[in-house]
Amino acid sequence: MKSLKVVGSLIKDSLAEITHGSRAYHIWMAILTFVMLFGMYNYGIQLEQGLSATGMTDRVSWGLYISNFTFLVGVAAAAVMLVLPAYVLKNIDFKQAVLIGEGLAVAALLMCLAFVVADMGGPARLWHMIPVIGVFNFPNSMLTWDVLVLNGYLFINITVPLYILIMRYQGKTPNPKIYIPGVFISVFWAVAIHMITAFLYQGLQARPFWNNALLGPRFLASAFAAGPALIILVLAVIRKFTEFKVPDNTIKKISLIVTVAAQINLIMLISELFKEFYAPTHHSISAVYLFFGIEGKVALLPWIWTSITMNVIATTVLTFHKLRSNFKILYVACGMLFVAIWIEKGFGLIVPGFIPGPWGKIAEYTPTFVEISVTIGIWAMGAFIFTILAKTGIAIELGKIVYKKK
Amino acid sequence: MSNNTKKWFSLNLNRTKKSEACGCGNNASSCEEKTPKDGYNQVMDVSMSRRSAFKKLTAGLLIGAGAVSTSCSVISGDESKEKSAIEWDEYFKGNYKLMTDKEKNETVNRLVRSYELRTGKKINLSSKDAEEDVLFGYAFNISKCQGYMDCVNACIEENNQDRASQMQYIRIHEMEDGKGFNFEESDDNYYHEVPAEGHFYMGTQCFHCDNPPCVEVCPVQATWKEKDGIVVIDYDWCVGCRYCMAACPYDGRRFNWKTPEVPEEEVNKNQHYLGNRLRKKGVMEKCTFCIQRSRKGQNPACVEACPTGARTFGNLLDPDSTIRWVLENKKVFRLKEDLGTEPKFWYYMD
Repeated sequence: MKSLKVVGSLIKDSLAEITHGSRAYHIWMAILTFVMLFGMYNYGIQLEQGLSATGMTDRVSWGLYISNFTFLVGVAAAAVMLVLPAYVLKNIDFKQAVLIGEGLAVAALLMCLAFVVADMGGPARLWHMIPVIGVFNFPNSMLTWDVLVLNGYLFINITVPLYILIMRYQGKTPNPKIYIPGVFISVFWAVAIHMITAFLYQGLQARPFWNNALLGPRFLASAFAAGPALIILVLAVIRKFTEFKVPDNTIKKISLIVTVAAQINLIMLISELFKEFYAPTHHSISAVYLFFGIEGKVALLPWIWTSITMNVIATTVLTFHKLRSNFKILYVACGMLFVAIWIEKGFGLIVPGFIPGPWGKIAEYTPTFVEISVTIGIWAMGAFIFTILAKTGIAIELGKIVYKKK
Repeated sequence: MSNNTKKWFSLNLNRTKKSEACGCGNNASSCEEKTPKDGYNQVMDVSMSRRSAFKKLTAGLLIGAGAVSTSCSVISGDESKEKSAIEWDEYFKGNYKLMTDKEKNETVNRLVRSYELRTGKKINLSSKDAEEDVLFGYAFNISKCQGYMDCVNACIEENNQDRASQMQYIRIHEMEDGKGFNFEESDDNYYHEVPAEGHFYMGTQCFHCDNPPCVEVCPVQATWKEKDGIVVIDYDWCVGCRYCMAACPYDGRRFNWKTPEVPEEEVNKNQHYLGNRLRKKGVMEKCTFCIQRSRKGQNPACVEACPTGARTFGNLLDPDSTIRWVLENKKVFRLKEDLGTEPKFWYYMD
């Protein structure tokens, strides 16, 4: 009874917190709401017309939605990797970052689920996939594994911070015996969601571009670069606009994670490029298409070369301690790295998997306006959710909202 | 819809061709004004005003709730109530693979009835199971195929494929002599007279693999291999994730990107639940070796239509079948055998 009261009061206080803020906050939320509504309107068009409203075809049957899904799984996974040092190794520096990281993981996961639903031909029939009620092709289909791990991860990432925040809200100290096991599980789980999402593609013998043992590890490396890079940028914004104190040392430590992951990612990229181009086989055609284009079909060229250039520059900059310590340069490098990996692990990975087709057909893919609008709408939804979570979390951490016993 | 869905040259071997003008049966000029009700709409669309409002409102996601409101409504007539009841039962029915014979009959009756309510016409919808000691296989004679594409035509008509997007299960690849089986340089979308000088032809379709990767990856078991070796899809169970499409190494699967259009008078009314019954938007479909024909002991439409005799179909377990003769006497091979999919589709040359 008492705990119910606490939760009720927390919800009331959070609602008050998220509906009040500076002018900039209100404008930010209004813009996000507008973009979300626009995305929903376009999703309505897609529901009405079917997926023909998108640029996908029988030749390239996955596009922008699945690309963003794949990338965001990485962001979700990486966000939680900050949890381990903070809670277990008693590294105080990381604690503030962790709350943000877990909020980011929740937002990224909800975006993942939204992208998957947007990609479905029959969203009304999705109940067929619910275990017990529907038919769940477990363990044969990697997609069912992905459903399990993503939802499980979402559950963990909601419960652990919620417990900690509720305790803080009441002015109590969270009991490590309760949350530490959750933290441990979530760290292993983070690796699992990313490996399993990679296996989704890696396990297809039909698509040589994906059927590659390095895919899973490379997913992890790029995720641990892109995810924490995003956290650094978010922390920068939070430092600027709120009273939440994020010490320089925290950002420096996270930037070290980003640097190492980006370096490993680059080494793996070189390894992949070597394999594809030193002794090109029949299976290298996708890579040729991606990096050089085939028969004048060059839709991905500007994207992938932008990505590689940004990736190399950002990684080089990060590698030098002096440059990395300059926060202005660090933020730019993180932004570049994030965009570079979004391109590379997004449509730079998904689209070439379908090109050439099983019989060598080179058919290009261009997303439609509807598809892009829905995608942007889902990103806005993620930003909206994250803003709400972060604002409430920070307010509790700062002791602005406290449970008042009546 | 294009005025002329026939985009390939074909030999006229006493084959009676229907109207050349337009698929919808009208003159080419009047075709544009009339939007034919096709595919899923033929099954589900109802000519009443609240219907269209309902359709917009629910936009798919709320279809169940909408059906309830209609079926409980006092003002709607008996027929519309029946339609809503059918819709409700159809939405909540299970996976065909796991249905009992009674449940199979019930859903077949519902689908037949709803088509009758919509068009006033009866379809013959079968749910015939696989026969004992039958395993279907297919052989393709590369020496004989001349690229006429009569098989493609017959397949589209037999299997009620979407006319608007010109969906075709079969692809005929035109290859240059002297280059071997060079799929990269082949053309599967040609518009000229065949056989073209210096070219040979090779058809691909679903190979009904014995170890089908598409079946493994389906998250809801909406696709599976039947006892007689045919890989089928339950169109009502498919959620449209298209994972199977990514997993197929043979380009054997097609997706309904929008509601398929088949003019009512062209609908093949001899249907099978797992075969050529009308599909809806957002689901997969593919070659089923014309399950509605093959389970009745007939050849698939492509085999029947082929003017050159390049196509052979039959029971692999019957030692006297033609397919067995081909496998035993010709130097047969299969495509992408290194992938371990074990296709039941062989190629050979004379």
